[in-house]
Amino acid sequence: MALIELRDVTKVYDTGDVQVKALAGVSLDVESGESVAVMGASGSGKSTLMNLLGCLDRPTSGTYRLAGEDVGRLDRNRLAEIRNRTLGFVFQSFNLLARTSAVENVELPLLYSGVAPAERRRRALQALERVGLAPRAHHHPSQLSGGQQQRVAIARALVVEPRIILADEPTGNLDSRTSVDVMSLLQALGDSGITIVLVTHEPDIALYAGRVLEMKDGLLRSDVRRPAVRAAPRTAPDEVAAAGPSSLASLASAPEKP
Amino acid sequence: MNPARVIAIAVRALLRNKLRSFLTTLGVIIGVGAVIAMTAIGAGASARVKATFEAMGSNMLVVLSGSSTAGGARGGAGSQPTLTWNDLDAIRGLPAVRLAAPQLQRSAQVMAEGQNWFTVIQGTTPELFDIRNWKIARGQFFEEDDDRAGSKVAVVGNTVVQNLFGPYDDPVGQVIRVGAIPFEIVGVLQSKGQTGFGQDQDDVVIIPSRTFRAKLQGGLQQYIAGAIVVSARSADAAGAAQGQIQDLLHQRHRIGPGVQDDFTIRNLSDIATSQQESAKTMTSLLAGIALVSLVVGGIGIMNIMLVSVTERTREIGLRMAVGAKPRSILVQFLVEAVALSIAGGIIGTAAGLGTAGWLVARFGWPMLVQPHIIVAAVGFSAAVGVIFGMWPAMQASRLDPIQALRYE
Repeated sequence: MALIELRDVTKVYDTGDVQVKALAGVSLDVESGESVAVMGASGSGKSTLMNLLGCLDRPTSGTYRLAGEDVGRLDRNRLAEIRNRTLGFVFQSFNLLARTSAVENVELPLLYSGVAPAERRRRALQALERVGLAPRAHHHPSQLSGGQQQRVAIARALVVEPRIILADEPTGNLDSRTSVDVMSLLQALGDSGITIVLVTHEPDIALYAGRVLEMKDGLLRSDVRRPAVRAAPRTAPDEVAAAGPSSLASLASAPEKP
Repeated sequence: MNPARVIAIAVRALLRNKLRSFLTTLGVIIGVGAVIAMTAIGAGASARVKATFEAMGSNMLVVLSGSSTAGGARGGAGSQPTLTWNDLDAIRGLPAVRLAAPQLQRSAQVMAEGQNWFTVIQGTTPELFDIRNWKIARGQFFEEDDDRAGSKVAVVGNTVVQNLFGPYDDPVGQVIRVGAIPFEIVGVLQSKGQTGFGQDQDDVVIIPSRTFRAKLQGGLQQYIAGAIVVSARSADAAGAAQGQIQDLLHQRHRIGPGVQDDFTIRNLSDIATSQQESAKTMTSLLAGIALVSLVVGGIGIMNIMLVSVTERTREIGLRMAVGAKPRSILVQFLVEAVALSIAGGIIGTAAGLGTAGWLVARFGWPMLVQPHIIVAAVGFSAAVGVIFGMWPAMQASRLDPIQALRYE
């Protein structure tokens, strides 16, 4: 059984007089540990698909099974629990709480799963360690660069030990060099067994995923599997140490460091 | 989530915007402050009224002679003596009456060496000192024997002493004259100040009733030329004493049903009660106005919380995305509103006590702080927080996470 199972899923938005069919019938299986890039022009339905996968919304028809559970039947509270335990979100605009330190931002999901304060702090610091930002744990978002903010956001997604990380244009606000760093980090997480689904409209970012879906007019147009390109970070070694052996390997082949 | 954590999160959110949080609570601060200050001053006024009447006499009733009617012009209470010394003895025997004393009264010029003063001379028996709560400052009261013997002794009030002898001279043992009659001063009364009606109670010379009758009063010796003052056994017995005196005098004066009384009974505890009631009414009115300002403060909180929900829409979306249930969001915003209003309640209590204290110091108003009012005011401000925080909190908890995350 696949981790994510969509069967003939449609999503219709009722905007008063006009009915907009954002998803026109999508069927899709994603296995545990896969890394998938969803591409498509704006209005193709990729954001709607992402919202459904992220349990932020329910399909109009069809079924969505996440780890065997039919999400379409669940209420808001149960959906919140699934988001809390199974999913991690990474957004284009980071969505960190301002005037709140990095480690407190990372702790946020644990607040809603009843983890004791000391344990919460321990796990948040561990997650920051994994993204190479432990030394910045007490900095506020305004004191961090864009790439660092996105890594804090990734740590926040990681901290609940999710099965899936959903990244919506995670490199959209970053320059190309920093984008590679972030993709390298996501690849490392993918190597550690977490399923990655990312939405992007940049073909070179999609290359870092082992499977690329292309959407148009609410339908899947293509579904291509091929070996992923390895992202080579320029990040200093001590900051990536926790990111996994593969990124260390790619670091070794990187031509130069700044 | 545990409550301490929820409160910590709310307080942290509020402290991110200190000035705004303070301005938001200002309405509640003023409301609670006004309630506390108004009730403290109102209760103080009420207590002063009570104290004033207690100083006039404990559980006191005054029995006055009826009015005289001469050629159709009626003279008012006390103008026609109808109460006799036998009436007084009968009143002393009534079960609800603790003590009774005559209070004969006339105004006269009083002379000491080199000074004179126009004052009130009262003739009475020693019970009066007890009934009217007089305390002695120097010397002593005159006694039963002085009354029986018709001694020419006097107990004088503070105002009289000030005017005849000045502040430094000890008047005890000295002699004052009323007309040609000399009286030896045996005691000086402790000052009582004014009555609730503005009369100076210390402007008085008290002498034995027999001396008064023999030396100062002319004619009609079987009648009491003044009033009978009565102390009931307790505050509750004042009404019963009034009834018993009324029945007794009806019987003794042979007044049948439908005939006008030839006496009047004034129950001072009734007057005290009604004065206290009016003070209380005033307090309630002021407190009512203050409560309105508390409600206005609540609306201020609601306004700011609505702004805050709009402003933090993305934060709410994010919290929902990472697993906050609608209920968690509701509780967070509700706790923020209640934290604001309780903080306002506590600061307002301090401000109210400060204001009341300042008014007391500045204008000499009495003040009485009632702990239950403070508890009620802070409790009410918490309730204001819940009531006016509920709507914004519900708005927040009903947000759609997708829309909220996209909100710019």
